Amino acid sequence: MQIETGPLRRPFAGAGRATVFHCAGVAVQAGVVLVLAAPWIYFVPTALWAVAVAAVVPAAGVVLAGPLLTRVQRARFRDRLGVRVPAPVGLAERPGPRGLRRWLGSAPGRRQLRYHLLAAPLCALGGLLVAALWAAGAASATVYVWLWVTPWQWWVHDAGYTAEAAYVTVAGAALLYAAAWLAKALARRDARAARALLGPSREEELTRRVADLAESRAAVVDAADAERRRIERDLHDGVQQRLVALAVNLGLARATLGELPADVRTVLDEAHREAKEAIAELNDLVRGLHPAVLEDRGLDAALSGVAARLPVPVRLAVRLARRPSPTVEAVAYFVVSEALTNVVKHARASRAEVTVEERAGTLVVAVSDDGVGGADASGGSGGSGTGLAGLAKRVASVDGVFSCRSPVGGPTVVTVELPCVP
Amino acid sequence: MRAVIAEDSVLLRIGVVKVLEAAGFEVCAETADAHGLLAAVEEHRPDLAVIDVRMPPGFTDEGVRAALVIRRQWPDTAVLLLSQYVEERYAADLLASHTSGVGYLLKERIADVEEFAQSARRVAGGGTALDPQVVAQLLVRRHRDPLDRLTPREREVLELMAGGRSNAGIAAELVVSDSAVAKHINSIFTKLDLPRAEADHRRVLAVLRLLGVTGG
Repeated sequence: MQIETGPLRRPFAGAGRATVFHCAGVAVQAGVVLVLAAPWIYFVPTALWAVAVAAVVPAAGVVLAGPLLTRVQRARFRDRLGVRVPAPVGLAERPGPRGLRRWLGSAPGRRQLRYHLLAAPLCALGGLLVAALWAAGAASATVYVWLWVTPWQWWVHDAGYTAEAAYVTVAGAALLYAAAWLAKALARRDARAARALLGPSREEELTRRVADLAESRAAVVDAADAERRRIERDLHDGVQQRLVALAVNLGLARATLGELPADVRTVLDEAHREAKEAIAELNDLVRGLHPAVLEDRGLDAALSGVAARLPVPVRLAVRLARRPSPTVEAVAYFVVSEALTNVVKHARASRAEVTVEERAGTLVVAVSDDGVGGADASGGSGGSGTGLAGLAKRVASVDGVFSCRSPVGGPTVVTVELPCVP
Repeated sequence: MRAVIAEDSVLLRIGVVKVLEAAGFEVCAETADAHGLLAAVEEHRPDLAVIDVRMPPGFTDEGVRAALVIRRQWPDTAVLLLSQYVEERYAADLLASHTSGVGYLLKERIADVEEFAQSARRVAGGGTALDPQVVAQLLVRRHRDPLDRLTPREREVLELMAGGRSNAGIAAELVVSDSAVAKHINSIFTKLDLPRAEADHRRVLAVLRLLGVTGG
């Protein structure tokens, strides 16, 4: 809202703009009244049916012109007041004949009609009052000017320079003040009504916002996932290959350069070992990001790789008829690999079990162990808690449900449900 | 012995060539994709084809599919797959049709030049070389109850057997005596219900059962 709201300090600031705005509103309503009155101007119906036609046809015309009126009003608010009235969701700005019926039938359409038939005419009346106040105030406040310009013969009882004229001047100033105040207050009212009736309702707006947010969040999650995959690709096809080549060459040097001074051999051995360790570290890093095997062969293959590297035996069952989306796959992979890492780190388990299956559009992932339990998913201080809290967040990012049952003494069961729309 | 190499990373290809030459192979062709590989094998009929799993144009499993073609069309050519990561189904695909003259190793194993040379020679000679990670991964899914009866040590022995090692190789790896290895293997045969009558095949049967390639 761009109307000045400090009436005491600057009573007239913004009043002019508001007045012009009201005048535009009055003009629009005058057009509407003209349409309604048109039949009555040209003929005076006497028969009942003629009265009915003369009343109903223009009224129907106004109703049908609703979308047009909405556009006009929206333009009025934007141009004259600088107030943006958002369009309701799902309603065409320029509906055709079929759209018109939808417009009339929809809740936002009916709200707009309420504005055009009730709020706007009332505000236009107010606008007329504002105009009248300005005129009266201006005339009264300048009473001395009038006295001065009118011929002295017209002066009634020598009204000039009397206490009465002074009163009239003061009253005129008060009227001007009232006009300014009313213009601004009315504009605020009108804007509020327009926002409520012409725009989306709060519920509709929230619905749209939720939809927007869900969409943008999904985009962010997908983008992050794609970025992870890109980094993995770059590492896999670039750095990893080079490191392997380096390690191979160092290994060759060790194997084929027969007689070497002891210190040279030590350096060579060291370099070879370092290169191999770097490869191992890089492999771990890549696995944590997004393993290539996940992208190439899916969850089953990737998870069997995770399970195979674990020091405790893991029973793995992946029952999927088709592959979920890459993002859901990535989250499921992350969940299992983190949960299994926790099992190794904290659970003191002798075995673990992983099942992944799809049930009615939901990917259900369960990781259980026979360990000591007592895992805290609320993300307390250190321990397994932080890992579980991280898991819960990652799962929540795709609207999944995370649950962890871990009574002290065990066993621990981590279950995750991820929506994967067919 | 003669070998062909299919690997799209030039740096690595040069390394593999050097390692193979140091291991006594004559490298008669180097290619960067599966198509070139099949042409090279047809032309040279080598003893060994060393193949990268991921190759152009698809960068998925071209190498595995080429390996299966080679094993079927030119059975005298052994294949040794190299991969950046382990995918046990590739191994299962290979083993399902042939249990000899196949190998599947992680690329980083090439860096242990001596061991890699040994594996390459073993595969070229009709043996098997499976990466320990492949074996471990096969075990995850093929968990079967008779295998649960094995002690951790027996399991280790069986996994090394699956990797293609001889008794002496296993003994060296685990730093135990040959007789201890033999004792473990006998115990494995008993626990897996492999009767003595089939003594000649028991080793292979035990490994296949471990890998779940056969019904077991």
